[in-house]
Amino acid sequence: MKAPAAVDLARSFEESGLGEVLAQLDRDLVGLRPVKARIREIAALLLVDRLRGGLGLTSRAPTLHMSFTGNPGTGKTTVALRMAEILHRLGYIRSGHLVSVTRDDLVGQYIGHTAPKTKEILKRAMGGVLFIDEAYYLHRPENERDYGQESIEILLQVMENRREDLVVILAGYADRMERFFASNPGFRSRIAHHIEFPDYAAEELMAIAQAMLAEQGYRFSAAGRDAFARYLGARMRQPNFANARSVRNALDRARLRHAVRLFETRGRALTAEDLSTLEPPEILASRVLAAEAG
Amino acid sequence: MRLTQGTFSFLPDLTDEQVRAQIAYCLAQGWAVNVEYTDDPHPRNTYWEMWGLPMFELRDAAGAMHEIAECRKVFGNCYIRISAFDARHGWESLRLSFLVHRPPEEPGFFLDRSEAEGRVVRYTLRPYAAASRPMGERY
Repeated sequence: MKAPAAVDLARSFEESGLGEVLAQLDRDLVGLRPVKARIREIAALLLVDRLRGGLGLTSRAPTLHMSFTGNPGTGKTTVALRMAEILHRLGYIRSGHLVSVTRDDLVGQYIGHTAPKTKEILKRAMGGVLFIDEAYYLHRPENERDYGQESIEILLQVMENRREDLVVILAGYADRMERFFASNPGFRSRIAHHIEFPDYAAEELMAIAQAMLAEQGYRFSAAGRDAFARYLGARMRQPNFANARSVRNALDRARLRHAVRLFETRGRALTAEDLSTLEPPEILASRVLAAEAG
Repeated sequence: MRLTQGTFSFLPDLTDEQVRAQIAYCLAQGWAVNVEYTDDPHPRNTYWEMWGLPMFELRDAAGAMHEIAECRKVFGNCYIRISAFDARHGWESLRLSFLVHRPPEEPGFFLDRSEAEGRVVRYTLRPYAAASRPMGERY
């Protein structure tokens, strides 16, 4: 009895095309080991559930609401997008679209405005994933008449009753989400997966920077790479470091200086090589390194 | 007398699963579905009351099914239909409309013949249910 079941699992894994999605996740997203591990677990569970259903064993749709917590720029939104695709591949949600909202989209401005607004968003998200960024803003403890509470109640009800129709993902910074869950215990118990996004290490940030540059058709020269590593070391020690987002901003500024440098040396002919290689000057000109030196 | 109006109306009533599949088709075509109800099902009554706004940004039939269920709760004694609106340039009109709910009793229509000059006969259709009672008390 056991042997054929094992064969089935391997085959349905292949058929779902999941291996490819997970491999792509591994390729595209640097680091984030705990996140990837949890995604694998969820994928395995759903696949096994489907097999159980095929064999006539009871398989109740599992709760898949999630909360993503982590510092800024750790890839919460990116993973949420991927999650919609993965759940769609597994046949857990029907259409695989992601509706990304914040407090403004859910909470109304006057009495009686909130419920229709929230319901409208929920209707749009059905069959897909509802991603609520910075979910803690829904709850304003300092104002007890805040309409956010109404929105929370509707959300909770739908999360419970229409599990097969949509998956809700809440995202936000760890400490504030913790406070949000503490004041809304209903949320914590309805969310099965609390996933923490760790900060990136320096070499992971470097890998991210290179991937971002490659996407835009740029690259570092060898010296430029070393300079950027120095920059990262300095930037990570500064306050308000936002992981991948800071890297993106730094690269955008470097491209700006790169363009200026090329412009100033416009006497000579430029090759494609010149146009796409970031050298140390544009990185070392950063205020971050100047502050470090001074 | 069973009312026959809109697409599929000569078939047995659609089940919820079939309604869901039809809505999914509409959404796949990029049409906006809309729930409408009335208790005056005269064939010339084109514009029924709207239940909420047309669902322009809907991606999945579940949202529309939810609205139908809500509408049935409130207007169980009315006719409810789904209409699908195509907003694309060149169409900008309804592409599909079908009944999803009918009242428990349908008395039908009275055909009123009035004789005019010569041998001319003028015909008028009157729904029995809507004959003398105001809106909301007809079925």
